[in-house]
Order: sequence, then structure tokens, then C-alpha cells
Amino acid sequence: MTTETHTDPEPPMRLPVDRTSLLDPPEGLAALRESCPVSPLTYADGHVGWLVTSYRMARAVLQDDRFSSRPELRHSAVHLVLGDGQPPEEDVPGMFVGMDPPEHTRYRKLITGELSVRRMRELEPSIARTAGRLLDDVVAAGPGADLVSLFCSPLPSLVICELLGVPYSGWQRIRPVSEKMLRTDSTAEEVKACFAAIFEFLAEVVALKHREPADDLVSGLVALDELTDVEITAVAFQLFTAGHETTANMLSLGTYTLLTHPDQLALLRADPDLMESAVEELLRYLTVIQFGISRAALTDVDLDGTLVRAGQTVTVSLPAANRDPERFADPDVLDVRRPAAGNVAFGFGVHQCVAQQLARAEMRIGYRTLLERLPGLRLATPAAEVPMRDGAIVYGAASLPVVW
Amino acid sequence: MPTLLIEADRELCAGAGMCALVAPDLFDQTDADGTVVVLRAEVSGPALALARECVRNCPTGALSVRPRGDEVRTTRRGGG
Repeated sequence: MTTETHTDPEPPMRLPVDRTSLLDPPEGLAALRESCPVSPLTYADGHVGWLVTSYRMARAVLQDDRFSSRPELRHSAVHLVLGDGQPPEEDVPGMFVGMDPPEHTRYRKLITGELSVRRMRELEPSIARTAGRLLDDVVAAGPGADLVSLFCSPLPSLVICELLGVPYSGWQRIRPVSEKMLRTDSTAEEVKACFAAIFEFLAEVVALKHREPADDLVSGLVALDELTDVEITAVAFQLFTAGHETTANMLSLGTYTLLTHPDQLALLRADPDLMESAVEELLRYLTVIQFGISRAALTDVDLDGTLVRAGQTVTVSLPAANRDPERFADPDVLDVRRPAAGNVAFGFGVHQCVAQQLARAEMRIGYRTLLERLPGLRLATPAAEVPMRDGAIVYGAASLPVVW
Repeated sequence: MPTLLIEADRELCAGAGMCALVAPDLFDQTDADGTVVVLRAEVSGPALALARECVRNCPTGALSVRPRGDEVRTTRRGGG
């Protein structure tokens, strides 16, 4: 690092990550959005790129194919933290989250039919059965039970396992590994080892589906005969890992949010038909991908008068974009009745979360099950003392002790 | 009351399903790859407002609404 002299300008700021209010985006993003929505940003390794904080520019960047999703082209805004979501080795075929069209398109098209709105509504009874069984465990554990470990974390992983075709016995085997992956006290090395174990586990599931095909997503990909086994494993790995931490944290943080906004909770209890709208508003309000998503410019790009040079990384702050008053009136107010569709919690453009409709179904059923089965649900500790996942790629509650 | 036509570009569509989520009477998705199926192309009044919302929310810009008659003019231009 060069010594700064009196002639060197200040290096641009680093990504704001500290929160003063548990459920609002990190300090400093709102001011940037208002004064300079495409602002210079210093990355963890010293690279200088750009931070986008307005809704309009967030959509513009994420819909522009001059910006690449390839991980080797991008710099990281924060030092490597938990939940980076990258597979254990480099260059694993089938990791479409890090590809650009047309390679990206080919993989996605093989699974988007399985993850449609209608298919996910059809899955709701099965999700409800799973949620009900987990609630039995919560009730059996008694007052003071931790909703994260007993409900919010296992629900999405059980549902994705059922969708993929992982046998229940397999889920029981992989459960401690996937739990460890989420723990905020796991080291980066341990998390990497968890990814490797999950990848190996899913490769065994793919082999099983060759021998004993069934009516599930992995068997479907095997039967298509279009992908290699490694590619199918990579697809399953992305669905498993990307869909676990995110939904688990929306379930925990969303429950915490409802319990700390009693007026909104009362509206929802009085009119359960508000659930779909409430899920959308919680997605917008909480935007758990707290450090945003990044792209690398493949050529020079003019962003509203700011010149982004080829090779620079652009970080789109999803939390900032979802609190943009130009798009959402009174954006810092939680209002379960507002039309929040169009928010960018799941990103935007061709990479918008492939299983977002599954996530919505899990949240609809998850929150509904909690509220129906536990009418007296409330926090067991003071709200300010609930531990949050500071520093993790996906924000949420680290644990959520409740009484009812 | 003006009537407009919903148009969907199946090449641009990524199968996200936001249209089917918000307006299930207007949009569905194929089983094959989740791309958009326009159930009702002619819209006016509240349905038009809903269609415009779906156009706005579409992550890939695959949806649009246009006045009736435009597509006929395009065909004639293309054939000339």
C-alpha cells in the first residue's frame, strides 16, 4: 500500500456495513443514494469500483449485459465472509450463478419450469406438512425454544431436499453439516469444508437417481440426458446452498420483525389473506443480502453520466435500492398492505433468483404455520438482545428464543 | 376506455414468474421452462393497470403493452 502524500486524494470510501438500527440498512447508504447513487467504492483488496444505491440504477446495471457475473472478474467489497456460496473447487462445470448468457441461459432453462409460481403453489400442502412437523418439535421443546434451529433453518433445507429428491435419511446425515455452514462462529475454512461435504453428498444423490429414478428434480435432470453428472450435482448444490441460508434468515428475521411491529402483526392475524402482500413487504423491508451483489464491467459503460471503465466492479446495494423513496413511498416504514412487488430483494435481470417462487411459498407457509399454531407467540428476550448475523453475506437472526 | 394488447417476448423471458404471481388471471408459465404464457392479451381498465405493473416488474423487460392495430401496421411494413 503506497504512503499517501499531501498531493494524493483520499481513496474512495469502503462499503458501509455497520447498522445503528437492527432492521434498517447500514448507515450512510441513504445519504449516498440521495447525493451520489453511483459512487466510487474501494474494495477489500484495494480495487476501486462503484457502489450503486438507487432503485433505478440498480435495475439498470442488473439488466445490462455489459456487466458480467463471472466471479473471477469481480472484486469483493468485504473481506471473505461466511456464505460466499462458491463451490469447493475452481471451474466446477454447471455453476451457472457465475456465468453469463448464453451459457447461463442454457442451465437455467432446464429448471425454471420446475420452479414456476403454479408448481410452487402445488407444493404448498407438502411444505405445510413439513412446517407442521417442525412446529411439533418447537412445542415439545417448550417455552424459550430457539426458532432458528428448530424451525427457520430446517424448513427450507427439508423442502429443497424433497424437491431435489434427497431421501429423509440423507437429510438427517447432511443436517449438521448444513447447520454448521450457517453458524456465525464457523471459520471460513470450516464453511469451505461444509461446501465440499455437501457437494460430495449431492453427487451421491445423483448416482442414486441413476439407479433408482423417482419423481423429483434430480431424477428429471438425469432423465433429460443433457448434463453431465458433475453439472447436475452443481445445479443441485446451488439450489441447496443458495436456498437454505437465505430463506432460513428471512423466516427468522421476518418473524422477529412481525413480533416487533405489533400493529402490522395484528393486521396480518386479522386478515390472513394479507400474507402474500406481507411476504413481499418483508422481502423489501429486510433485503437480507445485506452487502448487495456485484458485477464486472466488460466494456466502458456510461451510467447516467458516470463512466464505469472496463474491468471495474460495480456493487449494487439491494438494501439501499429497496428503501428508495423514488420507488417506494415512505420506504422506511413497514406496511404489509403496500404493493411491494417490483422490489429487488431477489435481484433483477436474468440472474434474478431462480427459486424465488419457492422461497415465497416457504415464507407464506412458514409464517402462517407459526402464527396459526402459536397465537401467543412473542420474543423470550428483549428485542435489542436478539443476536443478529453481523458480517454475514446473508443477514438474519443468529438465534430467536420465543415463548407462546 | 382504451384497450391495449399485452405482448410477451419469449426470447427475453427468463421464467421468473413475477407476472404470474401478481396477475394470475393474465399470465401463466409453461411447464417446459417456466416462460410466460399470456392468458388474456386484450386488457383495459383495472386489468390494464395490473398489466402495466407486470411490465414494470418484469426483470428482463420481456413484457410490454401496446395499442391494438400496431402489430397489423408492423406486418404491412414488413411485407412491403
